[in-house]
Amino acid sequence: MNEALLEVRDLATHFFTRNGVIKPVDGVSFRVRRGEVLGLVGESGSGKSVTGFSLLGLIDPPGRIVSGSIRFEGRELVGMKPRELASIRGKRIAMVFQDPTMTLNPLLTVADQMRLALLAHERLSSRAIRDRSVEVLQIVGIPDAANRLGSYPHQFSGGMRQRVSLAIALLHRPPLIVADEPTTALDVSVQAQILSEVKQLVTNLGTSLIWISHDLATVSALADNIAVMYAGRIVESGPTRKVLANPLHPYTNGLLASLPARASRGLPLPFIPGTTPSLLDLPQGCRFAPRCRHADGICATMPELIPHGERAFRCHHPNLEPAA
Amino acid sequence: MTSRASILALRSFWDEFRENWIAVGALVVVLLIVLAALAAPLITPQDPYDLANLSLMDARRPPGYVGFGGYVHVLGTDAQGRDLYSAILYGLRISLQISLTAGVIALALGAVLGAGAAFVGGRVEAIIMRIVDLQLSFPAVLIALVLAATIGQGRTGLVFALVAAQYAYFARTAHGAASAERGKEYVEAALSIPLPSRTVVLRHILPNCMSPLIVVATIQIASAISLEATLSFLGLGLPPTEPSLGMLISEGFQYMLSGRYWISMYPGIALVILIVAVNLVGDQLRDQLNPRLKR
Amino acid sequence: MLLFVAQRVLQAIAVMLVVSLLVFVGVYAIGNPVDVMIGPDATQQMRDQLIERYGFDRPLYEQYFSFLWRLLHGDLGTSLVFNMPVLQLMSSRLPATLELTLAAVIGATVIGVPLGIYAGYRPESPLSRLIMSLSILGFSVPTFWIGLVLIFIFAVSLGWLPAGGRGDTVDIFGSQWSFLTLSGLQHLLLPALNLSLFKMALMIRLARAGTREAMLSDTVKYARGLGQSEWTVLRHHVFWLISIPLVTVFGLELGTTLAFAVVTETIFSWPGLGKLIIDSIFMLDRPVMIAYLVVVAFVFVTINLVIDIVYVALDPRLRKASS
Repeated sequence: MNEALLEVRDLATHFFTRNGVIKPVDGVSFRVRRGEVLGLVGESGSGKSVTGFSLLGLIDPPGRIVSGSIRFEGRELVGMKPRELASIRGKRIAMVFQDPTMTLNPLLTVADQMRLALLAHERLSSRAIRDRSVEVLQIVGIPDAANRLGSYPHQFSGGMRQRVSLAIALLHRPPLIVADEPTTALDVSVQAQILSEVKQLVTNLGTSLIWISHDLATVSALADNIAVMYAGRIVESGPTRKVLANPLHPYTNGLLASLPARASRGLPLPFIPGTTPSLLDLPQGCRFAPRCRHADGICATMPELIPHGERAFRCHHPNLEPAA
Repeated sequence: MTSRASILALRSFWDEFRENWIAVGALVVVLLIVLAALAAPLITPQDPYDLANLSLMDARRPPGYVGFGGYVHVLGTDAQGRDLYSAILYGLRISLQISLTAGVIALALGAVLGAGAAFVGGRVEAIIMRIVDLQLSFPAVLIALVLAATIGQGRTGLVFALVAAQYAYFARTAHGAASAERGKEYVEAALSIPLPSRTVVLRHILPNCMSPLIVVATIQIASAISLEATLSFLGLGLPPTEPSLGMLISEGFQYMLSGRYWISMYPGIALVILIVAVNLVGDQLRDQLNPRLKR
Repeated sequence: MLLFVAQRVLQAIAVMLVVSLLVFVGVYAIGNPVDVMIGPDATQQMRDQLIERYGFDRPLYEQYFSFLWRLLHGDLGTSLVFNMPVLQLMSSRLPATLELTLAAVIGATVIGVPLGIYAGYRPESPLSRLIMSLSILGFSVPTFWIGLVLIFIFAVSLGWLPAGGRGDTVDIFGSQWSFLTLSGLQHLLLPALNLSLFKMALMIRLARAGTREAMLSDTVKYARGLGQSEWTVLRHHVFWLISIPLVTVFGLELGTTLAFAVVTETIFSWPGLGKLIIDSIFMLDRPVMIAYLVVVAFVFVTINLVIDIVYVALDPRLRKASS
């Protein structure tokens, strides 16, 4: 029985601003097992990135984690002292950010950045640092790795830069990697390439991965399990194939239907009417109700997350009939 | 913008300004000083320019001394027997007069030059901005110093020196803002009506550059006050018969070593209060007008 | 990179030529160069000799070239007051000014930058607020007045430090330096402090603003996400990220500091170039004034050149653009 590497329960992260309290994460629960890939899907404003940052405790004021639990390798991360948290970041959980142009220090060479990342957790000789750096660059498929160590981030193309980010994440062989929209800023062709490479990597190394994205298509190619987020909460989760074949939540349904790949030629592209609610001013009941075709009186109360076998849903009117 | 919209914008601007009580306090101080300076002839017992009023018997007296004219010298007297309180108020007046005049002229000159250059474009723009950049690589103090030394003492010379030292900052800022505006569509539209270029620049482009220009103006006015005082202190500013604050301080310097501190100290304090207050108001204006700090 | 340096050097030379032309036109074409070189009490015979020697009756362009020639050979004229070549006069005063300016600039940076980084790192702490308030005073209050206050407090009232003048000097390679003697340092402390305050205030404000921005940047978040300690973040990321704007302003304000040295030297009777120029202005020692203009222009052009090069050296992204 594969026990959970990461177990998140009722996580809530709020931002206390002059204009009010913003709740990007408001009761999120999911679990990731060893070697598993979880796709966290949602539109911008759904709170998925903030969820990712919350896992590593990277929430800057005026935000903070207000409640909930994050259990990782048997330890509770919420409320952990900064020093302990720092010892986990990069070593046991590593993060790949969306835009490597903003995250990789433009003034330092790749070699320097890797050295800093390595020395944050281990004492190593220069030789060992160099060897490990070359090694990870090779793993992610950067040609002529040894020579490229001395290059600066701006000397790489977008796709290569992201590979470098991935390489840095792999330096300590962490059991869990959190990737926040890693391919969104890249060309479509490069996206596909990186996607397949990551898939291979994950299988070979046995690393668990949380892949955060708004793009259902990329996630479906990679993830074992999917969790769909809307307005700060998980509205549906389960094994990818099952969720995509037979979505239970109207939102998931809408997302799937609006994928260009699924569209029929000549017919207008379906879309979900309305917009995501402002995180300052959330409706009392089901947060999707204003946009939902099936909404009625009962939807004024908040639906709970109901387990359904391997799956879960948060809806008063789930689509429980199996697909035709 | 319609006048109603402008009134609303001004009001919300003021509301935000009000939140920073330090800035409001500083604004009050500035206004008080301006009032005092304007009313100087009315609220001072002595006209420091009128040599007939002065008696050397009164010279270098400490605060509280009752002098020749029969009134109390609240802050003491200076080396010529001038009542320090009166001299300070007149001095503040001069400081404000000169720095504001120089500031306004420098702003107008720089804005027209910079925005005009951005509008005209081509080689003219390149040449003008080259000269501006060149001047910016030299410190304003030095330029003012050299010009003041060459032209000699006197108000016009001083204002000229200050304007020459400061217009470049305005020109650079105006050029940057105008270049950004020039590319925008409303300019194309205005030009194609067709409105004469001069109108487009004056009535359309310039108003939109006002915001960064005001930011620069606040820095420059405080700087001008300081510069004028420095030049006067060195003896390069106004003649000794028109006691600017800098000059009072410089006169009093030699007496400080023998313990008669008030001749330099009080004018100095007045000067510092004025500059710090202007800077504090300027800081707040800057924060409010800076689009990058909007949350 | 080399091409960039060569380009900038050529530009610098061009600027110097323009300045020399401006000075020439101002003095020789518009003004009367004879008055510049001799005092008003010279005889007609002396004037004629001068005109003959320097060719003031020659066409202007010839005069310009001989002027340039003289400049390049270090002939900056002869001081009317001191009766020695201006070049020699200025060189003898240079060490004093260098000492003062370097001490001020180094002090401003070494003290100001760490204070500013701290203020940016913990912006809400009472110490930070204190630092920021003091920094407003630092750049608002005119340098000359701070000097007066310093003298009043430390020299007149407390009597700890001297009120002016330079201390004992030591001869190094023919010039006189005072920072190696105790009395020299005592005399150097107040003026250097005075001169440094303006720049220090700027450095503090700049370092604080840059640090605040950097701390909220993705780069720092990412570094923290990798488990790097706060000290590593500050030292390797924040410090280098703010170095570029700091160097820019440092360079720009270097000129201002040199200019304000004039004021400080006057107040503290520090026998440097600044005091020389003020004295010369009042004593109408015109050759010195003109030479000063040319030398100052040269110094600033050089400073700007060096700053530009340092800029490119610091930011690897610029190297790509300039090559």
